[in-house]
Amino acid sequence: MRSPGRSRFIALCVAPATILFFIFMVMPTFNVFRMSLFERGAYSPTETFVGLNNFKVLFKDTKFITSMQNTILLIVTVTIITFFFAIVFAAILTREKIKGQNFFRIIFYIPNILSVVVIAGIFSAIYKPENGMLNSILSLFAGRDIMILWKDQPMVIVSVIIAMVWQAIGYYMVMYMASMSAVPVDLYESASLDGAGRLNQFFEITLPLIWTNIRTTLTFFIISTINMAFLFVKAMVAKGMADVGLSFMYAQKDEGLYGYAMAAGVIIFLFSFTLSAVVNHATKRETLQM
Amino acid sequence: MKKGNSADTLYKAFIYVVLITLAVVIIVPVAWVFLASIKQNSEFYGNPWTLPASLYWQNFVDAWTAAKMGSYMLNSVIVTVLSLVILLVVALPAAYCLSRFRFRGGRFLNTAFMAGLFINVNYIVVPIFLMLRDWDSWMNYLFRLNNVFMNNLVTLSVVYAATALPFTIYLLSGYFATLPHDFEEAAYIDGAGYGAAMVRVIFPMAQPSILTIILFNFLSFWNEYIISMTLMNSATGQKTLPVGLLNLMQASQSAAQYGRLYAGLVLVMLPTLILYMCVQKKLTQGMTVGGLKG
Repeated sequence: MRSPGRSRFIALCVAPATILFFIFMVMPTFNVFRMSLFERGAYSPTETFVGLNNFKVLFKDTKFITSMQNTILLIVTVTIITFFFAIVFAAILTREKIKGQNFFRIIFYIPNILSVVVIAGIFSAIYKPENGMLNSILSLFAGRDIMILWKDQPMVIVSVIIAMVWQAIGYYMVMYMASMSAVPVDLYESASLDGAGRLNQFFEITLPLIWTNIRTTLTFFIISTINMAFLFVKAMVAKGMADVGLSFMYAQKDEGLYGYAMAAGVIIFLFSFTLSAVVNHATKRETLQM
Repeated sequence: MKKGNSADTLYKAFIYVVLITLAVVIIVPVAWVFLASIKQNSEFYGNPWTLPASLYWQNFVDAWTAAKMGSYMLNSVIVTVLSLVILLVVALPAAYCLSRFRFRGGRFLNTAFMAGLFINVNYIVVPIFLMLRDWDSWMNYLFRLNNVFMNNLVTLSVVYAATALPFTIYLLSGYFATLPHDFEEAAYIDGAGYGAAMVRVIFPMAQPSILTIILFNFLSFWNEYIISMTLMNSATGQKTLPVGLLNLMQASQSAAQYGRLYAGLVLVMLPTLILYMCVQKKLTQGMTVGGLKG
């Protein structure tokens, strides 16, 4: 079946996707690395080669260092909080007989389908200093008027963390639920015959058996927190108040410092790649067979 | 076992409290926005927990016309539909050939698209922006044309479709690879060509996967705002809904026009919420199909 018709058919099918992929993904990716070594005029496409100069300036730029610190802070806090809630809720919803289980799953997943801009809008109503939802609830519990400026220093990064956790819990919960429901029920049955309580079952059976899935999601957490932090900060934080890596990069682009922006992009990319590799290596365990 | 029973009830009650708390934390802010969208501006200065005094639909009229959310919505519909069409037309045949035919360069392309899964749009948006702007200055130099590629809904759709290709091809290939080759053999014996066998025999069978792809990409195209903001950068030009909402958010904060802001929020999230309510099962299941099974 090697006819010219076959080759023509294959070429016709594969060419459009390959061309689009090449122009809008391969070339730009290549350009990120290439341009990080150049300086480019803000309005003219002339480029001058500057070697590693962009990187040298970058490592002395306190704004960039602060933005990377913010990124790391967000990765650590958002991952830990989201992971804890997601895995606990997933365990409850798969292991316990709960009325309205489906209802809870549907509700918890809702933030994931909303645009980050919408979430930023919702949280601007929550964080409003005077008569916002959060401050009014806190005042109720405290018995006096509380006026926390959530979107100002120093609380602004906390407000980003809360919004990001709110958005992410449902997504990871659904992911953990899928792998937890694949754990055979008789394992739990024999464990409870042996007198193992819920907590024991969770740590001795559930966690080890879904470990591969947890490792995958840890990489996910790192990569997606870096990206989502950018989307959240860009939509809900005043310009330059609490930059994260990628929003710093975007701010340089707005200034017309394209080579400098791309150098930041390269560093953030290498950072996310290295961190994922390290975490992936550190969490390596012998896989258990179900 | 008797002693365990009362502890069990307590534990169950605790679980319900925790579950309901999280549900409330998620539902209440969303519902609040819906209620706030029909409040009058004066109602935003008192207690935030009061119900709307009356149904003040004027907010939606203001958002739709004065804040131009109506025309932004049209733009978003055009971009989303067009990107989905381009994506399906381009990705379906490619995924089919890549997963079911062995040909020179096939393995290389498969690896390349797989590697594409790790390229995130946020990193490459600046080079894409510069490339399109350079193309525009060439068009201006050669033909005296302005804004051929930038500020163009079609370009935006093409970029959306192109950046969704790796994930889509990965998902479709995974499905196509599971089908036995007998299907095409039978079609060829009946005299069908390669194209006919693909379109009439294989694609109909892939309907569930195609639906999953449409769902996920609809959500990501409809909600996307970074690429849109970067490539549609003219202050007076067309915008998609999320970018328009972002501008509205900044404008209403300073002008204290809260009503139309919340009406705008409702306009952006209502389509996705309705879609979600219709297909939520498919969506949460499809997520695990995306290759993330432990």
